[in-house]
Amino acid sequence: MSGGWGGRAWVLGVYAFLYVPILCLIVFSFTAGEITTRLDGLSLRWYAALARDVELHAAVLLSLRVGALAATAAVVVGTAAAVILVRAGDYPGSRFFLGMMSAPMVMPEVVVGLSLVLLFTHPALAILGGRGVAAIWVAHTTLCTAYVAVLVASRLREMDRALEEAALDLGCPPLKVFFVITVPVIAPALAAGWLLAFTLSMDDFVLAAMLSDPGSTTLPVLVFARLHHGLKPEINALATVIVVVVSIAVLLANRLLLGPPRAAAQPSAARGG
Amino acid sequence: MRAHPASAQGYGRFWVGLLPWAWMLFFFVLPFALIVNVSLSTPDLAVPPYVSPFAGTTADGAPAFRPDPASYARLGDELAALATPGADRPYLAAYANSVLLAALTTLCCLLLGYPFAYRLARAPEVMRNTLLMLVMLPFWTSFLLRVYAWMGLLDSSETGLINQALLGLGVVAEPLPLLYNTGAVLVGMVYSYLPFMVLPLYANLVKLDLRLLEAARDLGARPATVFLRVTLPLSLRGIVAGSMLVFIPAVGEFVIPDLLGGGSVMTIGRSIWDDFGPNQDWPMAAAVAVVMVVMLIAPIVLLHRHGRRAGRGA
Repeated sequence: MSGGWGGRAWVLGVYAFLYVPILCLIVFSFTAGEITTRLDGLSLRWYAALARDVELHAAVLLSLRVGALAATAAVVVGTAAAVILVRAGDYPGSRFFLGMMSAPMVMPEVVVGLSLVLLFTHPALAILGGRGVAAIWVAHTTLCTAYVAVLVASRLREMDRALEEAALDLGCPPLKVFFVITVPVIAPALAAGWLLAFTLSMDDFVLAAMLSDPGSTTLPVLVFARLHHGLKPEINALATVIVVVVSIAVLLANRLLLGPPRAAAQPSAARGG
Repeated sequence: MRAHPASAQGYGRFWVGLLPWAWMLFFFVLPFALIVNVSLSTPDLAVPPYVSPFAGTTADGAPAFRPDPASYARLGDELAALATPGADRPYLAAYANSVLLAALTTLCCLLLGYPFAYRLARAPEVMRNTLLMLVMLPFWTSFLLRVYAWMGLLDSSETGLINQALLGLGVVAEPLPLLYNTGAVLVGMVYSYLPFMVLPLYANLVKLDLRLLEAARDLGARPATVFLRVTLPLSLRGIVAGSMLVFIPAVGEFVIPDLLGGGSVMTIGRSIWDDFGPNQDWPMAAAVAVVMVVMLIAPIVLLHRHGRRAGRGA
């Protein structure tokens, strides 16, 4: 096929470009010195520092909480949106709805952040409680809803509608059909959507920073502040922990969501090359 | 089409649709209307730091709308000063920098990502999922920490990793100033946005009908001709999708120019951030944001219109 060795080298080069910076972070997390880019002896002192860092632990816990809440809300709102996108057909405003649902995915984050700050600080909307954890949760839910809607909508489109219609014809109420038939069929997309939303929320800096008040420092907000205050190998140690945790999670998720059915569905004879 | 009563389904859809419609109208569309409103406000030392154009009343006490175009006027003044050499045009410079950086990022991602995605799509089927997952894995780890990795690689002192290597090999005698310039920002942007280019390209190229390429070759086309006249036109949709996924967020990017560009690279994202934060000039931040969104959306709408008209004509 095209390229041969050249193509293979290109692929390897791109993978190197993607992974060398991450490997460097990991290597220098084991330094005994204070410099983040030199190995002055090996030690685990920066992991010990990580374990004692109370401020960081609080930020991690807050990020996990906001991430879980935002992902859950995004799955609920995003799934409802996907049902409307796929099943409601053309109605007045359907094109506007499609645009509104996909815009947060491409809209620059500073604009989304600024717009939500204006909402949460608006004098007439004091009832929303101003900036803080709830505001960050709303921002993340809004952003992630768009991603969940796209994922779930593509799964709904592939789904065999005969199952639902059979249940409806047999007199099952629509809401029950949705929870007993539709939800199990689209469950992998719901799980994938939840995980994607959770990571997007855990990773977001711009929205969280614009919408945070002094009591709501998420992990990225804390990391960004520290990157401005001077670099320490402790951040390398943090990065290493995150890379390990994420790699394990992605492997598990891949196994659970895609692994067995895909492997069974692809006959080994179908080899391209 | 269906046996069950359509009206019951209609009611159900209304209630299902209510949640996403209400959520997105209130937390996405309304906030955007507020940006437009604040962009026409007057900055003020208050909380929040602006006076809304709806704040005043007419002589007889009825609510009045008095927009303050000062923020847009500042952008207009900079545009008018284009002819004057040496004039200070911070906002226009930020726009130009951002668009240029985003365009270069898109181009580099495309040049790097296209051959990569092409090879990936032709890899043995059993390996494709793993290869694709390896592209996505860095994307799942912390974005900030990946940018931080480049701060260590590009560091301009002799402890910077690339400088260490170059000094060690004797290629240079003095450490190179690699960090805090446009090049550093570009590398960081390409690194962060590459997966967004690769995924749509891969999704498109994996569906490419190889028989078309064979037919072209059998008819005597040279490899370059096959690529230019068959592969490239067929993958145009993937190129457009990937380019949009990279270009649009890249124009508004704040974190990478801030961390890798230092004080030297001003972009729209940073300008909005500064006016919103330290400068406390929310109307200006809002006006800059409105102009950026219009700038980003206008070509998409035009492209869409054009595409539909072309589709109808065909």
